[in-house]
Amino acid sequence: MDHFPTNWGNPRSEDVDSYNTYPVASNSGTVPHSVREIAGFGHAGGHPTSHTQQPVVTGTSVLGIKYKGGVMMAADNLASYGSLARFRDVERLHQVADFTVLGASGDMSDYQYVKHLLDSQMIKEYNADDGHTLATPNIYEYLWRVMYNRRSKMNPLWNTFVLGGVHKGEGFLGAIDLKGTPYQSPSIATGFGSHLAQPILRKEIENRGGEENITEEDATQILKKCMKVLFYRDARSMNKFQLATISAEGVKISEPMSVETEWAFAEKIRGYGA
Amino acid sequence: MTSRLQQTKGGFNFDNHVRNTMMEGKGMGIPKATKTGTTIVGLIYKDGLVLGADTRATAGPIVADKNCEKIHYLAPNMYCCGAGTAADTEMTTALISSQLELHRLSTGRQARVVTAMTMLKQMLFKYQGQIGAALILGGVDINGPHLYTIYPHGSTDKLPYVTMGSGSLAAMSVFESRFKPDLTREEGISLVQEAIEAGIFNDLGSGSNVDIVVINSEKVEVLRNYAKPNERGVKEASYKFQRGTTEVLKTSIRDLVDIKETVNIHTSEAMDIS
Repeated sequence: MDHFPTNWGNPRSEDVDSYNTYPVASNSGTVPHSVREIAGFGHAGGHPTSHTQQPVVTGTSVLGIKYKGGVMMAADNLASYGSLARFRDVERLHQVADFTVLGASGDMSDYQYVKHLLDSQMIKEYNADDGHTLATPNIYEYLWRVMYNRRSKMNPLWNTFVLGGVHKGEGFLGAIDLKGTPYQSPSIATGFGSHLAQPILRKEIENRGGEENITEEDATQILKKCMKVLFYRDARSMNKFQLATISAEGVKISEPMSVETEWAFAEKIRGYGA
Repeated sequence: MTSRLQQTKGGFNFDNHVRNTMMEGKGMGIPKATKTGTTIVGLIYKDGLVLGADTRATAGPIVADKNCEKIHYLAPNMYCCGAGTAADTEMTTALISSQLELHRLSTGRQARVVTAMTMLKQMLFKYQGQIGAALILGGVDINGPHLYTIYPHGSTDKLPYVTMGSGSLAAMSVFESRFKPDLTREEGISLVQEAIEAGIFNDLGSGSNVDIVVINSEKVEVLRNYAKPNERGVKEASYKFQRGTTEVLKTSIRDLVDIKETVNIHTSEAMDIS
């Protein structure tokens, strides 16, 4: 399992072909005939079946912050194919129920599968027709169990999800990673955001003395500042992102927006030393 | 019969490489070097520059030194922050400091920052990254203030604000949010302090106190332990046991050694200095 983004995106090595059921270039030089040889260890190459994959099309950081009256989340609209900025209009913030938003970073195909799982779950709840709908903490627990179960089968969904919502008048914000680790906090940041944005989010909350002292405008400014820093310093980010606001009124996912960036300092730089 | 003189080969001697790989294969690897973990920063303000560093030195997961000095003296007008292997940063800066003094005596002039940068990068490149020293070099010379980063493999960057070390992303997020050209001395020091504190509190490899050095064309101020945000709490009570807590039942003293004191009186003879 390679968690380090710097190792992703390199071309796959040709000598390992896990989709091949017939040997292309096997070291033994002979065509295997016995079932044991081909299928006994799962692969023609002689190595056992393994599922733990690498992410292919990936989304970068997702940010979340609690404020007075709700929760705000941010994620850019980029899905990268290694170092290629492949899909530039992807919505990584997704409304689930009336008061919940799911943000996804990591493998985009696994995110689409999870969206499908959550849809099925919502339909099941609707069919039960018992007057209850799934609330944010319920969806969080469901997602946690799905992620942990998959990791226990050594076949993870390669994502870090952020779940934000409002439940019983209180904001809810949590994250679950590919290993099934759940983590709730007034500020959440995944991927590069955990290194670049989390220090800023934590400092802002500390300076204001808690999430009750952050207004919706404050939260917007704080998240925009973080998205700017991420665009400067995350090489797999884009200056086009959406903000999602969840409050007692419901969910509002904004249109894509961008931040102002300053590059004038470059005019003064010549070379790298002498 | 004379034998041919051995030519001295430059750089590292890799003769032990085969032996080392064999030993690592058998489970006996190289002992872990003390790394500095570290958050180091530098920025240029209106009248000069400010360098900052945390004070934690780690050996793996253990804090080896709670209050080490990471800002090293190079010349009266130049200081160098070091991240990476502690021994490497210490010895490299000491070596170049000595070379700079000889250079200064030879030329009869104040050393230029670019000279120190060139000496450092040429040495680090020669050792092909085996010397794990990541440095932030800052100084003021006849051409004004200069700030350089030097990487273990020998590449350099010349920038208005820089961060290095494991806490560099946390510190850079502070700089990217709030740096602007022509800061005042107080603003510069405050920004450096905040950047280092972001590293101290959000990075496990950095901790303890904030060291700051301010350099301008007139003077150098070394502000060791400028901020101490992690002071140990004072113990509320004395936990010493009082005499008499354990009841003494019997006392017996035995002399194991006979001590005899004798005083010899010599007639002193004059020292023979012929």
